[in-house]
Amino acid sequence: MSSLDALTAGERGPQPPTEAFVPTALDPNTRADQFAATSADRFADAVLEHEDGLTHRGPWRTRLEDLVRRPGLILALVWSLVIVVAAFAPSLLASGDPLAGVPADKLQPPSSAHWFGTDQLGRDLYTRVVHGTHLTLQAALTAVLVGLVVGALVGLVAGFVGGVVDDVAMRVVDVLLSIPALLLSLALITVLGFGTINVAIAVGLANVASVSRIMRSEVLRVRTSVFVEASHAGGSRWWTTLGRHVLPNAIGPVVVLAALELGAAVLAVSSLSFLGYGEPPPAPEWGALVAGGRDYLRTSWWLTTLPGLTIVATVLAAGRISRALDGDPGSNR
Amino acid sequence: MTRYLARRLALAAGALWAAYTVTFLILFALPGDPVSIMYGGESSDITPEQLAALRAEYGLDQSLPVQYVTQLGHALRGDLGTSVVNGQPVTHLIAEALPPTAQIAGLALVLAILAGGTLAVVATATRSRRLSGFLLSLPPLGVAVPSFWFGLMLVQWFSFEIPIFPALGNQGFSSAVLPAITLALPTSALIAQMLSRSLLHTLREPYVDTALAKGASRTRVHFRHALRNAALPALTVTGLVVGGLLSGAVVTETVFSRAGIGRLTATSVAAQDIPVVQGVVLVAAAVYVLVNLLIDVVYPLLDPRIVTGARRRTAPSAPKVPLVPVPAGGTR
Repeated sequence: MSSLDALTAGERGPQPPTEAFVPTALDPNTRADQFAATSADRFADAVLEHEDGLTHRGPWRTRLEDLVRRPGLILALVWSLVIVVAAFAPSLLASGDPLAGVPADKLQPPSSAHWFGTDQLGRDLYTRVVHGTHLTLQAALTAVLVGLVVGALVGLVAGFVGGVVDDVAMRVVDVLLSIPALLLSLALITVLGFGTINVAIAVGLANVASVSRIMRSEVLRVRTSVFVEASHAGGSRWWTTLGRHVLPNAIGPVVVLAALELGAAVLAVSSLSFLGYGEPPPAPEWGALVAGGRDYLRTSWWLTTLPGLTIVATVLAAGRISRALDGDPGSNR
Repeated sequence: MTRYLARRLALAAGALWAAYTVTFLILFALPGDPVSIMYGGESSDITPEQLAALRAEYGLDQSLPVQYVTQLGHALRGDLGTSVVNGQPVTHLIAEALPPTAQIAGLALVLAILAGGTLAVVATATRSRRLSGFLLSLPPLGVAVPSFWFGLMLVQWFSFEIPIFPALGNQGFSSAVLPAITLALPTSALIAQMLSRSLLHTLREPYVDTALAKGASRTRVHFRHALRNAALPALTVTGLVVGGLLSGAVVTETVFSRAGIGRLTATSVAAQDIPVVQGVVLVAAAVYVLVNLLIDVVYPLLDPRIVTGARRRTAPSAPKVPLVPVPAGGTR
């Protein structure tokens, strides 16, 4: 039916078929350019490889040169470095006390003295964001770790043991995937109670299903490999085979997923902290900072805008880095 | 066809039962006493005798399997228990909260399909590499923006700076616009990502070249040949998308102080009202199951190969698009 349509359309069309054909298939701006670009790339790659062979440059040097060609990735790496410093040594970036306010300076717009402005109690918002990094990042990392460890274990056992265990585990995973992650986290928080760690555990457990699904498919792929067979034939115990041969070869995609999940975890954790299920008020969690600025939205834009932008930048950086990990086969191992 | 439908129905019923079991296990079988959780923990002034009486009232003094069977029996008859906070039936609370949420979720779905679809079509159709690069960089950005913050930004711009829409409340259509846009943002990013990936894949198919060679215009090939085939794989994520709208409503309705299922969830979690939370999670699972059932029913009408494919050996294989896992943030 489709080819007939195309035929009649061409016959009835205002332009003769040749004219419609030429600019699409042989358009110098699209195909020719594409070819030129790829051939130029291939040439550059070949030259680079040749030079590598000549000068014996180490892998680090080539990797650095790769980096220079990707400004977005550099920006993401720099930002995550700032975030890590803010999380582990906040006083290096902001020496003030995040909880002490100067009432006379309340609701000041951003200035050179207060980079992000001040809140309704005269507390410096920049200091609060920097000191809040620790809470948010800790919760996000815990969440990813919980999801990764539990999910990888479930997937490993399901894929390696197979049979009934696999069937039951995967049916449960199917059910968990049918419930939106945020609702699952909320149900867990209802039982576990509030606080940063409980929020982190709830977010992590909500991710177990997707991690175990990927881990299982990787294990299934690796399990049939010749080297696993050889390990069995060589007389290794099953746990040696599992730990030494299956796990290291199956974990790659799961680690990439974990990097991707880190951004999602920052979002989920700050959403839950925005809803008020994180640490109680004076703690400067990022989501809670945005929630705190809500009542002053009309007069003090900086109280919501700037902490929010910090979250956006962090999630974007995590996503960019995880995509680089995904695309670079060398770092998957 | 009848067998196909019967099988789908049985699977849907099984999925609902499984979802009920999982929520029961999470909420009632995890270590911790539901009654003392719901009534304020150790700090409250409830005597042990009162706690025991409450346990007996909720049937929590019985063994777990007995509780499970009793509650499942009630649930099958449409009784999901009563709210701990105000004693109202959970089904009543949910039925009351559903319409306003359905209103913004429906509007958000329409917006998301329009915005995401347009972005995907333009990004794959344009010959300017700069434009398509820019458009394709938008969905990851849309997924990275926290919706609670985006909602507040919308309020700031379109309620305070330029007063077009009310900042909060449930009055009329205009109050639903900003919440719907907030809900639509992550969803449209998801749709744009799926559809553009699927379109790029489809445009490389030989039949596209054939159609072009026979003289069909680029527009015609893009819409009639490529988009039709590319949209089918995108349909399969609709269940995910609708579920995402429901969980997104929790944040969105809190931001805009709207009554609805999301606001009900947020307050019930804060009050640790376990029966209501279980009801909401069940509703979300039921919506997911129903949407997927609907897709299963509609799919054979759009693509007859799904049902008859097994018998017609010569049928061409369905277009396969790699379903790359989308970040969990995309569904929020």
